[in-house]
Amino acid sequence: MSIEHLILRVVIKIMFAPILLFALYVQFHGDYGPGGGFQAGVIFAVAFILHALIMGLDETKRVLPVGVLKVLMVVGFLFYAGTGVATMLLGGNLLGYDAIDPASTHHAGQHYGILLVEFGVGMAVASTMLVIFYHFAGREPEIRDEDW
Amino acid sequence: MTGAEIANANLLIDLSLLTMLVLVAFFMVRSRQLFAIVMLSGIYSLLSAAFFVSLDAVDVAFTEAAVGAGVSTVLMLGAMLLTTRREKPIIAGRSPVALAVAVLVGAALIYATFDMPAFGDAASPANSYIGEAYVERTAKEIAVPNIVTAVLASYRGFDTLGETMVIFTAGLGVIMLLGAGSARGGRAVSDVRHDAGAKKDGGE
Repeated sequence: MSIEHLILRVVIKIMFAPILLFALYVQFHGDYGPGGGFQAGVIFAVAFILHALIMGLDETKRVLPVGVLKVLMVVGFLFYAGTGVATMLLGGNLLGYDAIDPASTHHAGQHYGILLVEFGVGMAVASTMLVIFYHFAGREPEIRDEDW
Repeated sequence: MTGAEIANANLLIDLSLLTMLVLVAFFMVRSRQLFAIVMLSGIYSLLSAAFFVSLDAVDVAFTEAAVGAGVSTVLMLGAMLLTTRREKPIIAGRSPVALAVAVLVGAALIYATFDMPAFGDAASPANSYIGEAYVERTAKEIAVPNIVTAVLASYRGFDTLGETMVIFTAGLGVIMLLGAGSARGGRAVSDVRHDAGAKKDGGE
């Protein structure tokens, strides 16, 4: 293993987990503050993009293979659409979240519904961003030093 | 600080942000170094995010900072690695027609802004009709503190489903266009002989 870019490697190792944690915070806190699935998905993808930039794309692909990402892309979108179908099966409109918990006096169904669809959005956005990045970065594996 | 002082400070912040935006855009147009242009576009996104915060549009600012300054800068860097580092110099000709068109369109756009409602105007179309209805009804219909999320995920959930579909389609398009990843990805691709490359791809 080479020790090129040692400082960058150490920094990304320290930063990786907090970035993922921040993405999860943005994901599940969208009801209360700024953020939501789109932003969280991008932040989640950024952690892995940083990893790929410093450690090399092959290392990242061992953690998160492109095949898994393709499946997650589809699952994320179907999660969203499936929430809509589920509310229909429960007797409401498409994406009418009140059908999830009709007895609630404080619209708990809306909270659950928003959390579910935002989760689908986050999954789809994160995996799509990474798929796009993998395909762009995969064509030219190394950034040569004279390019900077 | 009094209200007037705060308003003055806000105006100063807005003006300096907008001035920096114009300067960055100008240098982006003038520069021929692709690396510098990519970095400047990231700075441009970050400055716009700061401007959105000053307009109290934090959700938009968040997206701009994450997507504009983060991911798209990296994607532009990846795209830049596939081409040359410098833009081809263009022999600049002076065309009076182009100048006239630019001045005319600019004047028309500035003229159009005179009809725009003032920032924060309560009677503006954006703040009346449906926008007002969302603000009034979110608390009792959705019971979610962030109205932006309520509009995005609940009132206009079907729209957002379409947006997710758009992102999914974009990813699908990239997979289709840039090869299936495992087939060509991971090693340097030389596209010198297009006909030979096309034949090889067809065979795979």
